Amino acid sequence: MNPVWRWFHQLGSPPYFYRFATRWMPWFGISALLLTVIGMYLGFVEAPADYLQGDSFRIMYIHVPAAWMSMFIYGVMALNGAIALIWRIKLSELLFLSCAPIGAMFTAITLITGMFWGKPTWGAYWVWDARLTSELVLLFLYFGVIGLASAYDDLRQGARAAAVLALVGVVNVPIIHFSVKWWNTLHQGETVRIMGKSSIDSSMLWPLLIMALATKLYFVFALLLRTRSALAEQERGKQWVREAMVEAA
Amino acid sequence: MTALRPYQALLARDLRLAFRRRADLLLPLGFAVLVVLLFGIALGGTPERLAPVSAPVIWVTVLLAGFLSLDGLFRPDVDDGTLDQWLAGPTSIVGLMYAKALAHWLLYGVGLTLSTPLLAMLLNLPVDLLPVMLAALAIGTLGATQIGIIAAALTARLRRSGILLALIVMPLYLPLLIFGSGAVDAVRLGESPKGALLLLAAQTVLLLTLAPPAAAAALRIGSDNPP
Repeated sequence: MNPVWRWFHQLGSPPYFYRFATRWMPWFGISALLLTVIGMYLGFVEAPADYLQGDSFRIMYIHVPAAWMSMFIYGVMALNGAIALIWRIKLSELLFLSCAPIGAMFTAITLITGMFWGKPTWGAYWVWDARLTSELVLLFLYFGVIGLASAYDDLRQGARAAAVLALVGVVNVPIIHFSVKWWNTLHQGETVRIMGKSSIDSSMLWPLLIMALATKLYFVFALLLRTRSALAEQERGKQWVREAMVEAA
Repeated sequence: MTALRPYQALLARDLRLAFRRRADLLLPLGFAVLVVLLFGIALGGTPERLAPVSAPVIWVTVLLAGFLSLDGLFRPDVDDGTLDQWLAGPTSIVGLMYAKALAHWLLYGVGLTLSTPLLAMLLNLPVDLLPVMLAALAIGTLGATQIGIIAAALTARLRRSGILLALIVMPLYLPLLIFGSGAVDAVRLGESPKGALLLLAAQTVLLLTLAPPAAAAALRIGSDNPP
C-alpha cells in the first residue's frame, strides 16, 4: 500500500490518532500563537491606515480570517459528517462533533467584529446584507448541529443525526447565500483573490495572510485537542486509554 | 397499481386520523389568527400601517403555524412502534416519506393557504395581492413541509424537540420566505411575480427531490441497528 494511504488508514485507529494528536498538538498551538502575534503586530502597528476607512479597517485582520474559517470549518465538518455516515468511522464522528463548536466560535467572532466594523463604516451595527445574513444563518446551522448532537443520549446516534443535518446544510448554504444576495447587498466585494490581482496593497495583504494561516493552525490545534479528549472519554474502558493516562500522569 | 398501495394506505391513514380529531386540525388556523391578532394590536390596527406589512406577516404566520404541527409528525409512529415496523418491512422508507409529506401538506399547507383570505382580511392586505399570495403560499408550504419532515425525522426519537426543531427548521425556511415574500412584493411594486414564483417553485422541486431521502436516512439512524 502507498505510504500516504497507509498513514491515512492508521490515523483512523483511536490509539494511533491519540498518539498522533498528543505529539503534534503543541506544535500547531505554538505556531498558531506565534503567527497570531506577528500578524497582529504587522496588521495593527505596521500596516498603513486606509485612505478611506482610517484605522477602523484593521478589524479586517480578525474579521476576514474568522469569516474564512467559519466557512472552511463547515466544509471540514460536513466532510467528516459524510465520512461518518458512509463508512461509519468512529473517529470521523468525533472529528465532526469537535468541528462544530470551533466553527460556531469563528462565526460568532466574524459577526461581532463585523458589527464593530459596520458601525464606523456603514453607520449601523447591523444591516440586512447578504453576507451578514448568510453568516447569521451559518451560526444557527452550527447551533442546530450542536443542539441536535447533544440532544441524543447516545453519542454516536447524535453524531450521525447531526451529520445528516450538516449535509442538509451543505445543500442549503449556497441557496441561502444566493437568495439573500438577490434580495439585498451592501457588503463590499471580495478584495482578496487567489486568481488574478487582489485589490489590496501588499503591505496590508501580508498581515492578513499571516492571520489566515494562524487561524488555520489554531483550528487544527483545537480540533486535535477536542477530538483527543472526546476519544479518551469514549474509549475510557479500553486498555490503551488506561496506558496513555498512566503515561501522562 | 399495487406497487403504490402501501403509500396510498399511509396517506389515507394520516388523513383519516387527522379528520377524526378535527379540533386538532383547526388549531394551526386558530394559532395563525392569534398571531395576526397580536400583530394587528402591536401595529395599532390602522389600515395604513397594516397594509404594507400584511404580506410578510401572513408569510411568517403561516410558516410558524405549519411548524407547530411538525412535532407530532412522527412521534405517534415512534411511540406505538409503527416506525420500527416500517424499518423492518420491505416497503421503501423514501416512498413512505413522500406519503407522509403529502398528507402533511394537504392538511396544513393547503389548509393554511385556504384560510389566508381570512388572515388577509384581518390585515387589510390589498385585494389585488391576494392571488399571488395564495399561489406563493401553496408552492412555498409544499417546500416548507419538506424541510419539516427532515427536521421531524431527525428529532422523532428525542423526548423533547420543541426549541431544537425551531433551531433546525427556521434557518432553512429563509430562501422560501425570501422568494415567497418577494413574489408578493413584485406585484405590489407593479412588476411581474413570475421570476420569484419560478425560483420558489425551483426550490420546492429541489426540496421534493432531496428531502424525503434525507428524512428516511434520518429515521434509520435512531433505530437500534448495529452501529
